[in-house]
Amino acid sequence: GGGGGGKLDPGLIMEQVKVQIAVANAQELLQRMTDKCFRKCIGKPGGALDNSEQKCIAMCMDRYMDSWNTVSRAYNSRLQRERANM
Amino acid sequence: RGHSGSAMDAPSAGLGGADPQLQRFIEVETQKQRFQQLVHQMTELCWEKCMDKPGPKLDSRAETCFVNCVERFIDTSQFILNRLEQTQKSKSAFSESLSD
Repeated sequence: GGGGGGKLDPGLIMEQVKVQIAVANAQELLQRMTDKCFRKCIGKPGGALDNSEQKCIAMCMDRYMDSWNTVSRAYNSRLQRERANM
Repeated sequence: RGHSGSAMDAPSAGLGGADPQLQRFIEVETQKQRFQQLVHQMTELCWEKCMDKPGPKLDSRAETCFVNCVERFIDTSQFILNRLEQTQKSKSAFSESLSD
């Protein structure tokens, strides 16, 4: 199949859905990261982000990614263990 | 090797119509999304418990905390499900004896 006139290509749809899901996940990550790093790095909001605040945010972003990856690995390990025990 | 009522089962009846390829795709992506969502949620929760001041790297104490946090979160979830199941069982035994 594939290439027929006017027919929806399921392969293409699946790829598009995957992309949309990836975008949604990136947005979710960014939203939570912004929330956490704002809380950690910004005290009393001034007239602009000063250098220390910017440095803090940059480090915070990297640590958040590290944390996310650690959690992802730990959760995956747990799932494997659960499956092995079934 | 069966398992009952796992949270990982995706109901697929009716989704994707008759196309098994699409149905399979939906199952897989749904499961992946469940995983992603839980990682987001646990990262958020465990960050509060495990992260003091963000430094130049994730030190081993924080890393251990995150790993423990994930394990304990899942333990908590299972504990709640199990206990709920038990209290339901004892409730129905109780109401059965009432109707005698």
